[in-house]
Amino acid sequence: MTASEPRAVSDSDLDPPALEKQLAATWRTPGGLWGVLSTVDHKIIGRRYIITAFVFLALGGVLALLMRLQLAGAERRVLSADRYNQVFTMHGSNMMFLFAVPVMEAMAVYLVPLMVGSRNIAFPRLNAFSYWLYLAGGILLWAAFALNMAPDVGWFAYVPLSGPQFGAGKRADIWAQMITFTEVSALAVAIELVVTIFKQRAPGMTLARVPLFVWSMLVTAFLVILAMPTIMIASTSLILDRLVGTHFFNPAEGGDALLWQHLFWFFGHPEVYIIFLPAVGMVSTIVATFARRPVFGYLAMVLALIATGVLAFGLWVHHMFVVGLPRLGESFFTISSMSIALPAGIQIFCWLATLWDGRLMFRTPLLFVIAFMVTFVMGGLTGVMVASVPLDTQVHDTYFVVAHFHYVLIGGAVFPLIGAIYYWFPKMTGRLMSERIGRWVVGLLFVGFNLTFFPMHILGLQGMPRRIYTYPAEMHWGTINLFVSVSATILTSGFLLFFIDVVRSLRHGPPAGANPWGASTLEWATSSPPPSYNFARLPVVGSAQPLWDRPDVLPVVCGLRADRRELLITSLRSAEPQARESSPRNSIWPLLAAIASTVMLISSIFTPWAMVWGAVPVLITLIGWFWPKGTPEDEG
Amino acid sequence: MKEQVQLDVSGLPLHGRNEASPTCWGTAAFMLIEGSAFAVSIAIYLYLLSIAPSWPLAAAPPDLGPGTVVTVILVLSLVPNWLVGRWAKQDALRKVQLGTIVMCLFGVAPLVVRVYEFAALNVWWDSNAYGSIVWLLLGLHSTHLITDLADTVVLAALLFTRHAGRRRLGDVEDNVLYWNFVVLTWLPIYVCIYWIPRL
Repeated sequence: MTASEPRAVSDSDLDPPALEKQLAATWRTPGGLWGVLSTVDHKIIGRRYIITAFVFLALGGVLALLMRLQLAGAERRVLSADRYNQVFTMHGSNMMFLFAVPVMEAMAVYLVPLMVGSRNIAFPRLNAFSYWLYLAGGILLWAAFALNMAPDVGWFAYVPLSGPQFGAGKRADIWAQMITFTEVSALAVAIELVVTIFKQRAPGMTLARVPLFVWSMLVTAFLVILAMPTIMIASTSLILDRLVGTHFFNPAEGGDALLWQHLFWFFGHPEVYIIFLPAVGMVSTIVATFARRPVFGYLAMVLALIATGVLAFGLWVHHMFVVGLPRLGESFFTISSMSIALPAGIQIFCWLATLWDGRLMFRTPLLFVIAFMVTFVMGGLTGVMVASVPLDTQVHDTYFVVAHFHYVLIGGAVFPLIGAIYYWFPKMTGRLMSERIGRWVVGLLFVGFNLTFFPMHILGLQGMPRRIYTYPAEMHWGTINLFVSVSATILTSGFLLFFIDVVRSLRHGPPAGANPWGASTLEWATSSPPPSYNFARLPVVGSAQPLWDRPDVLPVVCGLRADRRELLITSLRSAEPQARESSPRNSIWPLLAAIASTVMLISSIFTPWAMVWGAVPVLITLIGWFWPKGTPEDEG
Repeated sequence: MKEQVQLDVSGLPLHGRNEASPTCWGTAAFMLIEGSAFAVSIAIYLYLLSIAPSWPLAAAPPDLGPGTVVTVILVLSLVPNWLVGRWAKQDALRKVQLGTIVMCLFGVAPLVVRVYEFAALNVWWDSNAYGSIVWLLLGLHSTHLITDLADTVVLAALLFTRHAGRRRLGDVEDNVLYWNFVVLTWLPIYVCIYWIPRL
């Protein structure tokens, strides 16, 4: 069928109210349980992802508090040694795999299609599938914890501790399979983001006009694509060693324990940037909006993002300085580890220059950016310290390292993230969060964080190892530990207040309007919250700050169909329109495929044959997913 | 904000092909993921080799027969695969139908020989680390073959239904691209498994 046939309803034939009505009918998610389970709307799925990730953050926070309760004094008995091992493993695995990476991708799932001016993410059913799989992986891990069979081998599950000889039971298998769930889901989202950013940008949004947050997510998506296959191969090899007797990590039969460390950190170090780069994008966005000028050095910022992404693959060995590698290798990785401070420095100076020249509005999101800069720079400095082999040898596996990575992860990613929630909450919900409470949240988090984690540097220098469930009084670590534990309650109260503000603002926040901050990017060109179809007419872009060019006029596209889920495919570099591509309708099959995959993956912990018989339902659900249903979307 | 129409896209096609097809780009991203997984597996192979006192570890090198037959079949399959791609581009449905059935057979054939290939490795996965990695490499690539075969069979079935429009021909082109990748990834694995132990 072609566009000229009479049945097609073009947006040119309809006046604005009729167009909106027709688009809403085409793109809507029906109410009720069926709608919930079958939706492919990127905003609904993104919101779901974000909420789920924050639930995992809260659960991980409770684990952290349990650890602080246990360590508040010498030889306390709140947790047994075995339970403590599970708790710190859960805390790390949960925060990295179930919170940090998913929440960053989730923000992109919600925001990127809006920021590039499209109607949905690319491969929206894959998006739905990825969420269900992520949820299943999270439930697997936490159900195992409830059953006292949670992994107890640390978040990087070093062999031989996690191997068949020492890791009895199913605990390490649960860890390895949780990896499969979360990585498949992360990889799926990465593919969606790459294709959305490459091919679904609004006409005129050349690569030089792509918003910095979108750039940061593009680089992040490539990091996911290149890094995560490694951990999937690694965790599969680990399961094979444990389940069917392969010898990848068994030195007695030609395997090697260090191989695990290489594989894990070849993924694990880029993982840090998978978490940090989206935060860079968030900070850039917030800085531009609240300084009321474009970010200084756009090109330098983009190049710094890409440079960080490339360098991220050349540093993994700095996690392994104490295992006894050749000296030349250690020197190389020291240099590469220090060199990554260069692009980070460029970014910091570009932000400072933007703020310097801007007309600043000190609203909550900007306050979080300032908290981020101070904290992240401190974490970066200790990072340069531990990049040097002699210093690392001294503080390796001590609380100094615990302090360092919490400074870069909480300071570098969580502060920008909470700032980003304050920033985009009005877009997502239509209501502003409280400015007054927001200031308290910044203050409590910043002060609470520093009081909690700064003393850990000192504990580390005094020799307190990480991952010990208790310590004797004679070590004299008790006072600082008590101080840390008490400070953790301040940090907790900051998070609690944040959650209270979110819930309260959902009902009672002042209405936001389309663009409450006067921001420049396209997500603010549509109503808050955006309609199911995002934009009644897709925008056309003439600069990197489309909404600042002509604040009262939005150039748009016409000629798209309104009775078919249709979006615009544009060329990679210059974003010239190429096709009116269809976007899939809601479907229950992604959920069914996720359930079938879950049954297969969890069963395979117990019998390798599950990969054979379990593949049959997966295949059936995938066929159901892709089989055309004769809708207008299947035409063309 | 007032909307101002600046661009009319009603003349554009209802479906992008090749560079304008999101599926094509999705397939490319998927190939990058799988390519990374294969690269890591080969890196593991070379790493284990580098620390081994001798290679292969306590086993004879794999017999060349079945693996080479698979290689020949896969390389030969590139010809009909290329033709199917060309016909799809020309929207020649009849030829594409026929060609896709041929490609299904080219998907089955290497899998049949693959059964003998596992036996020809002369080592079990649980014998030692060398056995583990060659079984992993061969297993990964077999999974690769099986998934693409399933994909091709479903696509072939679709081509004989009322859904066999231009969009399906675009899917055929993406499938052609993916099969090239399946063959391409096999070559370094073949060299790894069969020729490195003979160096």
